[in-house]
Amino acid sequence: MWSKLDITEQRIIQRAKSGDRDAFAELVDLYKDKVYHVSYRMLGNQQEAEDVAQETFLRVYANLDNYDPQYKFSTWIYRIASNLSIDILRKRKKNLSIDAEITGAEGVDWHDRLADTSKGPEEEVLIDELQEEVQDAIMGLNPKYRAVMLLRYIEDLSLQEISEVVQLPISTIKTRIHRGREALRKKLRFM
Amino acid sequence: MRCQDNVRLMHRYLDEEANKEEEMQLRAHIATCQDCKRHFQELKKTIAFVQSLSHTKAPEGFTERVMAALPKEKRKISFFDRIKRHPLLVAASLFIVLMAGSMMSFWTEGQQRFEFSAPQTQNVKVDEEHHMVIVPAGKTVQGDIVVRNGNIKVDGDVRGNVVAIDGEVYAASTAHISGEVQEIHQAVEWVWYNLKKVFNSLANS
Repeated sequence: MWSKLDITEQRIIQRAKSGDRDAFAELVDLYKDKVYHVSYRMLGNQQEAEDVAQETFLRVYANLDNYDPQYKFSTWIYRIASNLSIDILRKRKKNLSIDAEITGAEGVDWHDRLADTSKGPEEEVLIDELQEEVQDAIMGLNPKYRAVMLLRYIEDLSLQEISEVVQLPISTIKTRIHRGREALRKKLRFM
Repeated sequence: MRCQDNVRLMHRYLDEEANKEEEMQLRAHIATCQDCKRHFQELKKTIAFVQSLSHTKAPEGFTERVMAALPKEKRKISFFDRIKRHPLLVAASLFIVLMAGSMMSFWTEGQQRFEFSAPQTQNVKVDEEHHMVIVPAGKTVQGDIVVRNGNIKVDGDVRGNVVAIDGEVYAASTAHISGEVQEIHQAVEWVWYNLKKVFNSLANS
């Protein structure tokens, strides 16, 4: 089942485990974009996404000895990142519960991001609007559904892999994906 | 087919779990039902929208910031942590090391000297000059005979083991030895022999 890439990765992990900091830096480089991206889509906020991504790697470092090579490294890393994101969303909900009704949505501040793509100004605006709508729709999902949908459609994980990440049976993952798809469809159908 | 069942089929299809037959059913239904057709297209469009979200990259300098935030030295697992994890293994290896150690010293202690142990010494003859213990024909020894730095010649009966350490065992055709015959030439073998004896006696007790 192991691909050549996985074997290279396992070697880097071994080196990192034995205390090689350069090897750990390689692991960070390999996974930082994925971790950051999934956290960003979970939270809709750059600063929090970076905090979660950084905390994810600090936890990976502290717990390297407990990593079981039987599982994919990515599975473990996604688990940490999505759990941290859900924690932040829970805290945010508590803090916002007083004024949430006024602002209407969580993570509204994602609108002013994402401007520095290398597209022309008009095209950029169009893409931005579409992306904004999609991100808003995702932010409207319950975090449990949101995490599963992002892992499935942004990180391209299989149902089996998602079930390993969130440590729930595949049947539960399927239900969440079905409901997640239907919820997003209702919000995006007129686009 | 009811539309509700068909929606379930759509999701199976989108999860790549629908078989050929189900796919045919789905297509057949969609061809006749406008609502389901729209529903299916909307679902596919939704997925495409989510997939089209641009992949944001981690900000500049991210790796450096993570590395700077790491604790200074990686915590090494101490020897005692390992011991705590495998107490049985440690106990077993400690046992073997101590056993081996005591037997080795026993071994070096007794080197070069001709000696033997046997029950009923009246039934064995000892040739001191040739370092030889003899069980004469017609005589019976009940028990083990162990000779160190010498040889054993068995013409009679031994109801037990015959062991020569740094020596040889000669068994005549008339000999009857009910136990094992062993010649031990090295310290390691000596240790092994003793360990075996311990384990055998443990197993038999």
